[in-house]
Parts: sequence; structure tokens; C-alpha cells
Amino acid sequence: MTNNFDFAVVGGGLVGAAIGYGLAKRGLKVAMLDEGDVAKRASRGNFALVWVQSKGLGMPAYATWTRRSSDHWGTFARELEERVGFSMAYRRPGGFHLCLSQDELDRRAANINRLHNQGESEPYRIDVLDGDEIRRHLPEVGPEVVGGTYCALDGDVNSLKLFRALHEGFAVEGGHYRSGSLVQEIAGAQGGYALKTDEAVVHADRIVLAAGLDNVRLGKMIGLDVPVRPLRGQVIVTEKTEPFLDMPLSTVRQTDEGGVMIGDSQEEADDYRVMRPGINAVMADRAVRMFPRLANLNVVRTWSALRVYSRDGFPIYQESPTHPGAFVASCHSGVTLAAAHADLLAPLLAQGKLSSDLDAFSSRRFHVSATA
Amino acid sequence: MFQRLPDPSGSPVSFTLDGRPLEGRQGDTVSSALLAAGVETCRSSAVSGEPRAPYCLMGVCFECLVTIDGVGNQQGCLVALRPGMQVETQIGRGKRELAR
Amino acid sequence: MKTLSHVNDLAEHYDLVVIGAGPAGMAAATLAADKGAQVLLVDENPTFGGQIYRAVSSTPLKDRALLGADYWKGEAIGAAFSQSQADYFPGATVWQLSPELELGISSGGRTAVLHARRVIMATGALERPMPIKGWTLPGVMTAGAAQILLKTSGVAVSGKVVLAGCGPLLWLIAAQYLAAGKRFDAILDTTPRGNWRTAMKDLPGFLTSPYLAKGLKLMAKVRRQAKIISGVTALAAEGEGHLARVRYTAGGREVVIEADHLLLHQGVTPNINMASASNCELEWDDAQLAWKPKLDDWGNTTVPGIAISGDGAGIAGAEAAAERGRITALDALAGLGIISIAQRDEQAKPIRSELNRYDRGRVFLDRLYQPAQQFRVAGEDTIACRCEEVTGGQIRKAVTTLNIAGPNQLKSFLRCGMGPCQGRLCGLTVSETIAEARGSTPEAVGYYRLRAPVKPVTLAELASLKQSETEIRTVARG
Ligand SMILES: Cc1cc2nc3c(=O)[nH]c(=O)nc-3n(C[C@H](O)[C@H](O)[C@H](O)COP(=O)(O)OP(=O)(O)OC[C@H]3O[C@@H](n4cnc5c(N)ncnc54)[C@H](O)[C@@H]3O)c2cc1C
Ligand code: FES
Repeated sequence: MTNNFDFAVVGGGLVGAAIGYGLAKRGLKVAMLDEGDVAKRASRGNFALVWVQSKGLGMPAYATWTRRSSDHWGTFARELEERVGFSMAYRRPGGFHLCLSQDELDRRAANINRLHNQGESEPYRIDVLDGDEIRRHLPEVGPEVVGGTYCALDGDVNSLKLFRALHEGFAVEGGHYRSGSLVQEIAGAQGGYALKTDEAVVHADRIVLAAGLDNVRLGKMIGLDVPVRPLRGQVIVTEKTEPFLDMPLSTVRQTDEGGVMIGDSQEEADDYRVMRPGINAVMADRAVRMFPRLANLNVVRTWSALRVYSRDGFPIYQESPTHPGAFVASCHSGVTLAAAHADLLAPLLAQGKLSSDLDAFSSRRFHVSATA
Repeated sequence: MFQRLPDPSGSPVSFTLDGRPLEGRQGDTVSSALLAAGVETCRSSAVSGEPRAPYCLMGVCFECLVTIDGVGNQQGCLVALRPGMQVETQIGRGKRELAR
Repeated sequence: MKTLSHVNDLAEHYDLVVIGAGPAGMAAATLAADKGAQVLLVDENPTFGGQIYRAVSSTPLKDRALLGADYWKGEAIGAAFSQSQADYFPGATVWQLSPELELGISSGGRTAVLHARRVIMATGALERPMPIKGWTLPGVMTAGAAQILLKTSGVAVSGKVVLAGCGPLLWLIAAQYLAAGKRFDAILDTTPRGNWRTAMKDLPGFLTSPYLAKGLKLMAKVRRQAKIISGVTALAAEGEGHLARVRYTAGGREVVIEADHLLLHQGVTPNINMASASNCELEWDDAQLAWKPKLDDWGNTTVPGIAISGDGAGIAGAEAAAERGRITALDALAGLGIISIAQRDEQAKPIRSELNRYDRGRVFLDRLYQPAQQFRVAGEDTIACRCEEVTGGQIRKAVTTLNIAGPNQLKSFLRCGMGPCQGRLCGLTVSETIAEARGSTPEAVGYYRLRAPVKPVTLAELASLKQSETEIRTVARG
């Protein structure tokens, strides 16, 4: 077993796997180091949206980055699917966000308005619709829905298939995946880095930290402050039912397999083994008010997973100022950004330098505002 | 084939399967009544559409799913048979129908 | 006992909620209620009795010799429970148990949430999965299922019937069928021949076991009346849309026989889904080749307030189950302040000596009836997860090419364990198949991590639960 690599990716979740895949397919010799079977993995618990509408309020660069990833998703998916030989059920039919009260709708509209006013490099349309207009598009929607928003750029994917495809794509491209390899220590060594796990010491010329919440701990080892915290989300999944919804909603979607996914809460909490029944109740209640004919469907699974959230909610991409060749990639929305991570970010990492349009994502933004 | 042993003590219970009148006995679950009536395959799998029949009769496997009084995907082996029950197989309909 | 029929009949608080109305649950509920605790016993089946004493108060079978004397022992336990002051809720499923001991109980499409000061899980055992090629065909069912049909409905599997597998229960079920005047075209014994050797060292213990005489008598009886083929090393069910043939290998020779029914059985394993979903720690039992909850001497799990008794705590059989039920009940009573610790210890003494008797020779049985590896892992084209139709070959390929560590990662890649049975049936198969592919052990590989709902509930039921303002705000965000 070799322990010398061009690049080591720490973390085998969606972010690490997308970057690893992107690096491997550019011919680099890549190791992906991951935890064992049970871990805090947002990658297994996400809601699978490839989502554009409403992203980036407060940071235009993030709106742009999201948009670029979304625009590239089709190409990225086709190429990956060719490599692995199965479909990920990616689609981009546009998506809705539904509101169950006038107050919700007003708040939503105000947010959308602020987003438009913050000066977009590539403006896109988000329509605010009333209940009847929504019911014309989505006949199963019930009378309690007062309105919502629609954006033609939104889509979704089967996120478990995406996750598997990235891992298979990585393997096909000769990448080395190591599970049960939680990185304990990082040290500089021979112009590169030595990563110590329980199993081995892995050497790599360059490294990228994509370890989700563990980036806080690992970042310190390469001189980076990575202020991310867990934001817990719960998701409900039902048994398979006949197709009734052919486009994603921000909180309800039907998978290609037939199950209905209902999401997703946001809560400051860090124990992914805990679920609040009351939150499931709220989500179920809202889903049934949106689609009354779902009431008798059986719920087969619920779970909670931890989002990786930075202080302002936006990604952190950065090279360490003190440890050249050591990078960090931390973000929420790893599904939406998978295309960007594999095909926009990974090439920059492969070249060894991030471009200036990613400057906005440096963690320096937190320190500037802290001292100001 | 399934056979009732001679001289059963329970009284008969009438119900329908896919609209057809059938008879079970007191003490039956929906699944045991169907099996005793010679109906094994009760549904198609939600993945491949292959025929499936009750497997464990103790609530574990979810192979016994049928529609009972208009509600789909009920575990027939856990539901006591009641007079007048309208039972439907889910053959050819692997995935559950909406609102049923 | 007071029988409840609607979730509205439930109280909001109970001293003790017992889940499962088999011997363990009934004995625990009866003892606790007799001492004055306010007790609820919930079971998803329409009648009490659990698996062994299933339908003991309502079976249509009048010939008592047919099911055997052990079955009718359940009458006394059932009668004692019926005379107790406990609330009994049949046809009701516990689908959620929080660390605060809040239980979600569903019946007839409605859910109530109530609070318990103590919980005893007595959810019993499941038949160990026996993944063979073609086992999803109609016509194939578990031997336990055939026994349940007999007990609850007086219905017997007939026509060309093949019984296959191993374990003490296999012989019991065979004997009951023969007593009912039924016959088998073949009994295929899959007990690995080498097991006798490994079990021998524990034989002395077994010689003093109460099970010995019973077991020998049973096997002799079956041998006299049925064609038994031992040393079966491979087995498959074949047919188009329904079982038509059974293909097996014995002594290196492959044989195909016509069959209408194939009944499979290779022992029972603890039903750990609820324990696992409630975050109770599990451990691997190397003799029983199964997961069981980590327990102290009183059956307490690693989660405060939750105890487990009966076969759900590790397989020990029906009579031991009732005694273990009483042990957990005594500790619950002490915890509730109804009896003192000294009283608990005193009253537990005779129970424990009884339990010791049943324990004798257990290891011998466990080792003798360890099913063969090839019947515990799924073969290349054999379905491991029946719900999502994932094969052994798919599992091995994913494990080796993607270097997968355990069942939870595998689940997200292949969907095994994600169907309505929530991994109950495939959990062991998947862990063992991964272990084999990795050259590791099930203990190292681990088990599915489970969550509520332990059994499916409708969206409407979930929606009917209490919602706080802060909880609403975590979802409705504008
Ligand atoms: C199919 C089968 C057949 C068997 N036949 C025999 C036999 O003939 N002779 C013999 O000696 N041993 C037999 N055994 C073994 C025997 O069942 C056990 O030793 C004994 O029943 C253990 O008692 P228990 O109380 O622990 O569990 P059980 O008797 O299994 O009782 C558990 C109860 O819990 C209920 N339950 C489970 N989950 C929930 C939930 N979420 N909500 C509500 N209720 C729930 C179940 O419906 C069940 O009634 C059999 C086992 C199986 C699996
Ligand atoms: S037959 Fe297995 S759950 Fe009903």
C-alpha cells in the first residue's frame, strides 16, 4: 500500500469526494481519507436540491458561485454518469418554494427583492406567485397554500446516487479511498505534508481539508481559523408512492425511486443522534397542508444531520498563508456546489493556486469585521 | 396450498377481496385469511414489480402489504380480520397509490 | 387487565410501560401491576402471547397435544395477566421512544404520546434471515410463519412441503406439523457437520439442561416420521412467479425436488430495532452470532429508565423470558420507589436460581446450531435486502471497489435497509456479508444505525404531535 500522494483530501463526504474526483480525473495521484462507518455526515442526510433561488443574500460572490455551479451541473452530471454507468436522476425543471401564510409570503418576497437589489453580476428571475397560480402548475397543491416563489434555474438530484457516483468516479480515476482513517495530526514534511491516522502516515505534496465540522480542529494545524458550526436539520422520508410531483420544492420533493422527502429544519444543535419529535410534527404538518393527499402516506425514516455552517453561512475556500499548498474547503450546499467543486475548484487546487474571484470566500472576511 | 385443520372453533367472517366475497374465521388476521383462501401473492414489489407473498407473519418483513378499507400498504399479518372488511391486493401496483 | 382499543383511552402518564406481550412482557406487567404500579402493556398483535404463546387464549386448535404442553404453559401466564390491574393495548405499535421516556403509540392510524417513568422492552426475537437464491418467491416463507398460521388460525401449509434449515425450533415446528397430521416431502438439515465438534466441550453443561430430554424426544419423533436429509450445504428456491422447485446440495450431490412450499428457519435472534433506535448500546454475541443490547444484571440498558427482558435481551427461550421479565419488573418497582432495594434483591433470589437452570447448556445449543456461513451471507445473485432488492453481489462489489467500512455507508450507496422493514430483516445479513468481503468481523463492521419511527406511521400521525413555537420557527423560515 502506497502512502505517497500528489494530493490528500481530508474528508470523504460530498465536498471531499467532489474535489477528490475532480483532482483524480486531472491525473493527480490522490488519497481521500475518511472516518469510519458512523460519523457526522451531512452527505448522507441532505435534501438533494441543486438550488439557486434565494442563495447569496449578503454575498453577491456566493450568488454567482452558486449560479455557476448550477449552470455547469448538467455537463458535470453527464460526464460523471458516463464514467460510472448509472444515472443520478439529475433534473433542472425549475423549483418552487411554497408559503402557508401571507406573512411567510411577504417575508419571502422581501428577501427576494433585497437579493435583486444587491447588484447581481448575472441577474436571474424569481417569480412571486399567488396560490392559484401555483395550483395551476402543481395541481396537487392544497387550498392552504397562499403563494410562493418560482425559479427556472432550480433542480435536484438523487443525492445518494450522486454521493456514490463521486466515490465510484474517484475510484475509476485511480483515486485511493481510505475509510476508518480519521486524521489525527498534520505536519509539514519534505516540501509537503504528513497526515497521521490510526492506520498510517500519509504523505502528500498538497492537501485540502474537506472534513466538514472537523475543519475547525484540522484548520488550526495549518494555521487557519475555520469558524464553522453545526446547524442541525431533520428530514422525513415516506414509503414509495406513485409519481405526483415532477419538480422539486424547497421543502418537499419526490425522488426518482418514489419516496417523498420532506425537509428540513434549521436548529442550533450538535448532536446528530437526537431528533425533536415536535420538529418532525411541524414538517409533516406543513407537507400535508401543502399536499393534502399525502396525509396517509407512511413515514419510513426520519433523521437529523448536521449542516456545516460558517458564521455568515457562506463557504470558506482558502489557502493557508502559513502552510503553502494546504487548503481548506468548507461549505453548506455540497450538492448544489458539487459541479463547481469538481470542475472549477479542483482544477485550481491542481494548479496550486486559488483564483482571485474566490477571494471573497477567504476566512479573512470574519477577521476584518471583527477588528473593524 | 393451505388447509384449515378440521373442526375449527371460530365462527365464519365474511369479507371481500378485490370485490369478490370470501370467508375467513374469527381469529384470522387478514393475511392468514387470504392464505387460507388460497391467495398467496398479495402485491408486487415497489422496486422491480416482482410478485410477493407474506413471509414472516410476525410483522417484520412487510411482504404482506395489502389495501384494507381503502388504505394502502397495511401489514395484513398484524390486522385482525373483521366482518365486511374490503381487502384489495396490490398486484401490479408496487408503489402506493396517492391518497389511498 | 383493562383492554384499550383507542389511543384516546390511554392515560398521559404511566409508572411503567411494557412493550411486547410475550412471556417476558406479560410476566413483567403482571408482577409490576400486582405490586401497585400503574402499568401499560402494548403489543402490535391483536392477541397476547408473543411468538411462543401466540393466540393462546384464542387459538381454534382444540387438540391440545398438537402444539404440545409447552405451548399451553402460556395459559397460566395469560390468565395471571388477564387478572392483573394493568392496561393492555393490543393492535398498537410503539414507534418512538425518546430518551425522556416519551412514547409514540400508534393504533388504527392515530397516535398518542405519553410519558413513562420506566420502560421495559420485551419485543422478543425474530427469525434469523436465511438469504437463499429465490427466497422472495411466493411459496417461500419462514417456518415460524407456518407455525403462526397453525396457532392463530388452525391453518396448515399443505401440498408438497419442504422444511429447511437448523435449530431447535425447526424440530419443534416439524413435530407440531406431524402431530397435526401433515407431512413433509423433505426436511433439509443445514446444520454444519463441524458444529458437533465445537459444541462438544460445552456438552457437560447441556447434560443437566431441562431442554435435553425434550429436545431428544422431539428429534426422535420427527426422525421416525419424516425424510431427513442432513449435511445440506447449498439451497435455492426456483420457479416463475411461484415456487416450483427446491434445489439443494447434500454430500456433494445436487438434487432438485418439486415443491409448493419451502419453509425456512435457522434460529432466532434478538429484535433490537427499538433498542437501537433509542440509542441503547449494542454488543455482538459471538456464540449466538447476533447483536444484543448491553445490559446490567437487572436488564437495564445504557439508557436510564429503559430495560430489556426476554429474548430481545439475548436468546434464552420462553421460560427464561418470563423469569427475566420478572427481574426487570422488580428493578423497575425499586426504581419507582414501590419496593425497597432489599425487597428487590430478596424477591429476585428464587427467580435467579430458576434462571440459572435454564442457562445451563445454552452455550451448547448456541454452538451446535450456529448456522453455516453460506446461509448467513448473501450469495452473488441472492437478494440480501428484500425491500430494496439489493443482492450479495452488489454488496461485495461496493465494499471492495469503494472500500466501504460498514452498513451505514453501504446503505447510502445501495439503499439496502432503507425500505419499509427498516433493515429488520437484512441487518444481520448485510453486516455479515460486509464482514466477509472485508475479511473482518460483524463486530468490527457494526450495525445499521436506526431512528424513529421504529415502525412506519402516517404523515398525518406525525403531524398530529405537539409543536412548539420555537419548533415551528426552525422550519417556517421565509
Ligand atoms: C416465529 C417464531 C416462532 C417461535 N416458536 C417457538 C415455539 O414454538 N416454541 C418455543 O419454545 N419458542 C419459540 N420461539 C422462541 C420464543 O418465541 C421465545 O423464546 C419467546 O417468545 C420469548 O419471549 P419474549 O416475551 O421475549 O418475546 P415474544 O414472545 O416474541 O413477544 C414480543 C412481543 O412484542 C411485540 N412487539 C414487538 N415490537 C413491538 C412494537 N414496536 N410495538 C408493540 N409491540 C411490539 C410483538 O408483537 C410480540 O408480541 C419462536 C420464535 C419465533 C420468532
Ligand atoms: S408477513 Fe412479514 S410483516 Fe406481515
